[in-house]
Amino acid sequence: MLGIGLLKGLGVTAKNLVGSFHDPARLVTTEYPEQRTKLPENYRNFPFLVYDGTAAIDGLRCVACKICEVECPPQCIYIIPDRDEKGRPTKKPKVFDIDISVCMSCQICVEVCPFDAIKMDQQYEIAEADRFDRLLLKREALAKPNSYYQEIHPAEAAQVDAMLAEARRKADAKAKAAAEAAAAKAATAKPGAANPPTRPPAPSGSTPATAAMKPATAAMPEPAVPPVQPTQTPAENSATGNPVAPKTGTPGA
Amino acid sequence: MTLVQLSRVTPGVSDWFFQSLSSPFIAAAGDSRLERLPIIARDLLTSRLPEPWRWWLNSLLAILVVLFGFAILFALLTLVERKVLGRVQNRPGPNRTGLPFTKLRLFGLGQPLADGIKMLTKEDIVPRSADKLLHFLAPVALLAFSILTFAVLPFGRNLVPVELDAGILYFFAAGAGTELAVFMAGWASRNKYSLLAAMRALAQLISYELPLLLSFVPVIMMAGTLSTTGVVEAQAGWKFGFIPHWHVLTPWGFAAFVIFMVSALAESNRSPFDLPEAESELIAGHLTEYSGFKYALFFMAEYFGMCALSAMAVTLFLGGWRAPLPFLEIVPSYVWFALKLFALLFGFIWIRATFPRLRIDQLTRFAWKFLVPMALINLGTAAFWSLTCNWSGPLQLARWAIALALVAGPFVVMGRKLSRDYAPRTYRYA
Amino acid sequence: MSIAFLIIALVTLGSAAVAMSLRNLIHSALLLIASWAGIAAFYLWAGAEFVAFAQLLVYVGAVSMVVLFAVLLTRQSRVDMAIAPDALRRIVAALLAGGATLGVLFGAVVSAPLPIAASATPVTVSVRQMGQELMGTHAAALLIVGALLTVALLGAIILASTGREDPPGVAPPAVAPPTRKTS
Repeated sequence: MLGIGLLKGLGVTAKNLVGSFHDPARLVTTEYPEQRTKLPENYRNFPFLVYDGTAAIDGLRCVACKICEVECPPQCIYIIPDRDEKGRPTKKPKVFDIDISVCMSCQICVEVCPFDAIKMDQQYEIAEADRFDRLLLKREALAKPNSYYQEIHPAEAAQVDAMLAEARRKADAKAKAAAEAAAAKAATAKPGAANPPTRPPAPSGSTPATAAMKPATAAMPEPAVPPVQPTQTPAENSATGNPVAPKTGTPGA
Repeated sequence: MTLVQLSRVTPGVSDWFFQSLSSPFIAAAGDSRLERLPIIARDLLTSRLPEPWRWWLNSLLAILVVLFGFAILFALLTLVERKVLGRVQNRPGPNRTGLPFTKLRLFGLGQPLADGIKMLTKEDIVPRSADKLLHFLAPVALLAFSILTFAVLPFGRNLVPVELDAGILYFFAAGAGTELAVFMAGWASRNKYSLLAAMRALAQLISYELPLLLSFVPVIMMAGTLSTTGVVEAQAGWKFGFIPHWHVLTPWGFAAFVIFMVSALAESNRSPFDLPEAESELIAGHLTEYSGFKYALFFMAEYFGMCALSAMAVTLFLGGWRAPLPFLEIVPSYVWFALKLFALLFGFIWIRATFPRLRIDQLTRFAWKFLVPMALINLGTAAFWSLTCNWSGPLQLARWAIALALVAGPFVVMGRKLSRDYAPRTYRYA
Repeated sequence: MSIAFLIIALVTLGSAAVAMSLRNLIHSALLLIASWAGIAAFYLWAGAEFVAFAQLLVYVGAVSMVVLFAVLLTRQSRVDMAIAPDALRRIVAALLAGGATLGVLFGAVVSAPLPIAASATPVTVSVRQMGQELMGTHAAALLIVGALLTVALLGAIILASTGREDPPGVAPPAVAPPTRKTS
């Protein structure tokens, strides 16, 4: 009969109307500034620079090799390598700019970086009143600690840290072997010399890791080696249960 | 030209205006103090004045109260509508706007205020090729016509702004101007969407004017009067002490009520009959080229029209300001009227939240092939009902049975015929 | 009292006159509606509430829609607007038709037995009395008028439908549909 379907439809809407009051689970809205949905781990928007330790600029993993600048399809990266007084490169960027109004979030810079120095960020509240200056992120705004990286991409960061530690261990072993060999050589050559000058191990930032050790291409290494800087492991991160993406006090974000 | 201005230039008219305004405010003897509260408040303000001034002030007060009351109702209604629509879709609705400069949110009660400020401060754009005069006149005319309709509504016992002998006719005559204003808006914008909307509005309003007018004819027939207070008087009393004599509780009255509400939906351009401003088809229809305050005026007029038609439905079918049960008469009459009005307005919102928009051919077919014949048959049923009003005892049951059959039979037959082509759709590849 | 009457009359006649002289058909139609509303105002001034509201409801509410529909749905080409060639014939025809109508109306008004001396208290006719008059003494006239209008409606439908059934090869008639006659 005419009208039965209409009444059924009215019943459906009435059920929703009443149900949304006594069953809050029905409400699907996330009230944004107060509540935030947890972003998926693989969410990415714009790149940032990872640094180790506490000093933001000195600890940068970036060696200003300019590979990302060359590979960037929209050419939004601009790098000037730093040089000391004598004009030798210090393997640090003097200027590292990313124009995020140009960046297309393709992640190619991350793929090509041999030093795991540039990673994708999850910061999405980037609206700015100034169209030009504030969207051109400088070195200081881009530098974020490794702990932040571990927080936003836990699995990937663990993998990267493990690989870096493995590389460092190998480098250390190699250096030690070389030192021992040199010592043995020196001992055989000059048995009187008891203390050969050992070279200190290479700093982690300038570890000559090979491209074959990229997390995207390399297989998962054995987790036998603990991370170099376990400031916050992924387990701890999930144990704290903070679903809210961290509001890091990064300048420019 | 409002009625008051009319009465200023025409003393002949002002005679009935004067009498009608002063006489209904004389309170009945047995009424409670609460019941007479509006009149007491008014007399406090104006009783000191000499006679002609007093009359003018009384009229002015009545106008102000009605205008402000319905303006506030309009503001709240926009918020309530959005809240209810949100809840139906399992959203909280607007809940962030509270008092300005504070953290108080008050469930979004500040939203109408914020909307109003936004509308007032927006740029008023008139298309270069538009008909400037008509483009300006359309919202003004629309709002004027819809405000005029409030003049004859009985908001409570002895609370009628203007007591007219042909009040119901006046109501629909004033409401008839709104479609003209919609046409003016659509045509003057010089925009093809607006013009299409104007054509649709004309077709729709012509189609639905007829069932709207036919549906209340039985009420006039039974009440024997065209005045709104007379219709409310005719619904006084209770059968067996608890069933009110409302028109909606009779077979013909129920059918007429349904036809009236469907036609009122169409007349006020509300979903599912919102073809003139169908967003997905015509951008915003006749509102496309309007912005800022003119747009707000259109919105206001739409809600005023909705309120006025609901109030008329309350008066004609739901017993006006009368209480549903005798012991509930301690609650003042204007509260009852407001409650019934809110219930009907909620119905409007509920229907909007539920039904999808009709196509123009479905719309006109529904009007001409279903509503008009039903209204005519209903007129016959009402005639039968009034002829058999002295049947009693078992004949009373027969009267009910025959009247119900007269209404339900054609409904089933015509409904089947109307929905025959619209079998539930089967999707082959879905 | 006479001032109000003068204003109403001026608005009514003025809008009718301007409606005739305007080239824009929509403006003419709207002004025609304004003049109908003026007539309603005159009824109101004369104390005939019911007739005034009925006039508003029927003319401003319904007939105006039909007029506007007719204006919008007819073709408005430049050719239709040219009225120069047979202007004389049109003038003569208009004068004849207008004169005949005026004569009939004038004769009816003059011959009607109206009470010249107005009574001191205005006679208020209630809607009920009016209905009884219409359904009782004037029932035959009402029925005849109703039948006449129905026949006119049917004739209009037949005219409109035969116009559409023309074979596609035949050129459409050069004369515009009777838009201007309605306004």
